[in-house]
Amino acid sequence: MKIDRRCFLSFIVGGAAGTALSPLPWKITDDLSIWSQNWPWTPVPPAGETSFVTSTCTLCPGGCGISVRKVDERAVKVEGLKGHPVNDGGLCILGLAAAQLLYAPTRVRGPLKKVDGAWREISWADAIKEIAAKLADLRAKGQPQSVAWISESDRGTTAELCKRFLTVYGSPNYFRTPSIQDAYETALYLTQGQRAMAGFDVAQADFVLSFSSGLIEGWGSPAYMFRARNAMRQNGGRISQVEPRLSKTAAKADQWVPIKPGTEGALALGLVHVIIAEGLYRKNFIDSRSTGFDALKQIAGASYAPEAVSRLTGIEAKTIVDLAKAFAGAKKPLAVCGRGSGRIPGGLQEVLAVHCLNALTGSINQPGGVIAVPEPEYIDWPEPEMDAVASRGVQQPRLDGAGRDGFPLARYLLNRLPEAQTAGASAPVQALFVSGANPVYSLADTQAVAKAFSKVPLIVSLSSYMDETAAMAHYILPSHAHLERYEDVPAALGFPKPILGLSKPAVKPAFKTKYVGDMVIALAKAMGGPVAEAFGWESYEACLKQTLGNAWDTLVKNGYVVDAKFKPGEFETPSQKFEFNNPALAKLPAYAAQRAPGDEKSFPLTLIPYDTMRLASGPIGSPPFLVKALEETVLQQNTALVDVNPATAKDLGLSEGSAAVLSTPKGSARVKVHLFDGIMPGLVALPRGLGHTAYDKYLAGKGVNTNALISPVEDPGSGFEAGWGIRANLTRA
Amino acid sequence: MEKPQVNVTSAASGHGEKEEGAGGAVILFFILGLVGSLLVGWVLFPQLLYSKKRQPVDFNHDKHMELVSDGCESCHFFRPDGTYSGVPQLAQCIQCHEEPNGEDPEEVKFVEEYVKKEREVPWLVYSRQPACVFFSHAAHVKMAKMDCVTCHGPIGESTSLKVYQANRITGYSRDIWGENMLGVKRKSWDRMKMDDCAECHAGAHVNPGSVQTQKDGCFVCHK
Repeated sequence: MKIDRRCFLSFIVGGAAGTALSPLPWKITDDLSIWSQNWPWTPVPPAGETSFVTSTCTLCPGGCGISVRKVDERAVKVEGLKGHPVNDGGLCILGLAAAQLLYAPTRVRGPLKKVDGAWREISWADAIKEIAAKLADLRAKGQPQSVAWISESDRGTTAELCKRFLTVYGSPNYFRTPSIQDAYETALYLTQGQRAMAGFDVAQADFVLSFSSGLIEGWGSPAYMFRARNAMRQNGGRISQVEPRLSKTAAKADQWVPIKPGTEGALALGLVHVIIAEGLYRKNFIDSRSTGFDALKQIAGASYAPEAVSRLTGIEAKTIVDLAKAFAGAKKPLAVCGRGSGRIPGGLQEVLAVHCLNALTGSINQPGGVIAVPEPEYIDWPEPEMDAVASRGVQQPRLDGAGRDGFPLARYLLNRLPEAQTAGASAPVQALFVSGANPVYSLADTQAVAKAFSKVPLIVSLSSYMDETAAMAHYILPSHAHLERYEDVPAALGFPKPILGLSKPAVKPAFKTKYVGDMVIALAKAMGGPVAEAFGWESYEACLKQTLGNAWDTLVKNGYVVDAKFKPGEFETPSQKFEFNNPALAKLPAYAAQRAPGDEKSFPLTLIPYDTMRLASGPIGSPPFLVKALEETVLQQNTALVDVNPATAKDLGLSEGSAAVLSTPKGSARVKVHLFDGIMPGLVALPRGLGHTAYDKYLAGKGVNTNALISPVEDPGSGFEAGWGIRANLTRA
Repeated sequence: MEKPQVNVTSAASGHGEKEEGAGGAVILFFILGLVGSLLVGWVLFPQLLYSKKRQPVDFNHDKHMELVSDGCESCHFFRPDGTYSGVPQLAQCIQCHEEPNGEDPEEVKFVEEYVKKEREVPWLVYSRQPACVFFSHAAHVKMAKMDCVTCHGPIGESTSLKVYQANRITGYSRDIWGENMLGVKRKSWDRMKMDDCAECHAGAHVNPGSVQTQKDGCFVCHK
């Protein structure tokens, strides 16, 4: 027997046949496919016990109830809380993506001190000791008023603790970041005498006239407005959206009325004119519950006749008359304003004009109308003992001029602070605390803001994240992230009822962080003297528990307490009526449409920022989930797209996807062009919330920050930020 | 030029004899290959594929079943929110076993090694499925009223825990594919592969799938 090549082949064939008849190939194929699913770099969440924590979202002032799903000690999913009066199970994309914020690489992991331009770790005790020493120094020099505090809110125990600290320390300079709340609160106070927050009963209205407000794009409490708008539409209600750009809200409205940007107030006055001229107003409200109607008649006189308004706004006179008739003819009409998500207060007269529209149709403190929601009153701490330094300090004028001669109506004018800081020879702010706010990113003209902040010798950021303001700070004392702490949520923005929510820790703090409330108490104790005496609480949690008293148990269990039977109070003006005119109103300059700053010759276009739900433009930066969810028409790789009307683009020689340079008097940026029929010719629209320089690689360096390109515009009547846009140019790159 | 011819001639002359001898060898080698690979596939491969591990503690299901009132659910219970607790945690065991109740060496080991040291027992779970499989015990046990035995077999009657055979490639238990290397099963609990889920779902005409579409689909089980 000779063994040759054929034997070898035969062996192979036999082996192959035998292998095929054995389980080996079939089993190993199956196993290899499972093995390939279990490569160590394939992320697989560890298994564990599932539990849920009921809490309240604090990422925006919307006050949504949330249910945090945990696996063992990790928060894995945040969902809207079913049955919650504000959001009933719904939640915005930012709230849903919140677990990414909790575990984000941009979290500041412990107290940091800047030494020679670099961050050094420091212990909490040392950081607080050093800051307290610097504050004591300023106080000893008799300059306690040179300490300022910027925060997103001025309500609730956290804000009250910060304000209390400033007060006993001796400074009047607490700042709330600007928003449409400023203008609405002032309008309610001027016309109704009520110190209240504006609630909007969108759900029960049957006609909503929105002046550029993004009802489904973050305006008010985003999830509530989304839900209320849907309920209203399902009940047969109609929505007319007046806006220069076909936003998502406009696209989903029954009518879109394109308007020249910045002239919304003129249209409101035009509608007032038609309603009065045609006698369409609610006579019983005007006659029995209002005063000063004649003054309104005069304000909205011949200069606001439909033809005149048509010239101002670019809307046909017939459309204006029809809109006025449709609004006044509805059973429960509601007019709202505040552009986009309401980040900018806008002109006070503009808000007043819109508010007067509601008054003409009696939609004030009525179902389906604007509701004056009383400010929360559950915080009742004993008045702190003030020493002479503090008493003298708080009597000093505020640095922004709010509440004084120029702007008696405003409470906070943060937009005026950068100029105040840089105008004089010496910088008035010597120490600045920033909590829950990112002014270096979110105020108009970021370069000027950064310049002003660079003149502050001591900036203490209390941010949980390495944001733009934190990056400029001298100390970062990081607060717990929003799923790691107790905090009261005193209201839900724009919600028509008083509601108190409780944010509860879903997980233990991951890093060496300290909640703002605890930091303030610790700092006060380190200061000693009357400052320390004003803070008798052991910890923030103890303070919160004591403050909330009987409501605590319900809040812990349900997450909220709502006043379901709430009835809006009576008007608190001297006349006990709605005042279309009074001495304070008479002092205001006449309405004039705000022009976009800049020279029309060198900047033939107008840039308007817009808001989208898929980008967070407030103090919190967008987590990766949001950036990933952005449309191709908003961001491509790291380049933002601007919306341009095809006709305008043709004139400029630009086409879809063209690389272009967008320039304004404040700066320029590379963008790409997106042709959009839904934007008026001559305009360029850019989304808010991009162009971060801080945070992590998932957000930084993507797109353009609109605030770097626009400049602040001061409303002459109130001092509020009213810059809705700026002149711009777009050239081929 | 002559050489090739010579070769051809000599090859032709010995043709018949060589063919016979080579044919036998060819068949022999075929059989060798066949038998060898069958042995490798049926005997050696399973030995190599599976490692054998003992459970950290030899648990006696039978003894516990005598003592509890609520059957399997006494220890493998549903939480109030409907989720399934799975393998008991130490906290549950401690309720009875803070100290050894008897003299069984396995119980003594359990108390000494785990209870006293507050360490969770690293039980090896025979029915562990890959992370991409979503399985709801509530849907099967509470809604479809299935019993535990259908999938898990009569493990409640066992007096000791069998050897855990881990698949060296996948890391999962042999019980998923089944003891039989061809994947043939005789009892419903012999295998736990996707086909076995599908067999029951298709055969029983249960309303199987998604709440929204009332249809089966990948995403019903693979979230």
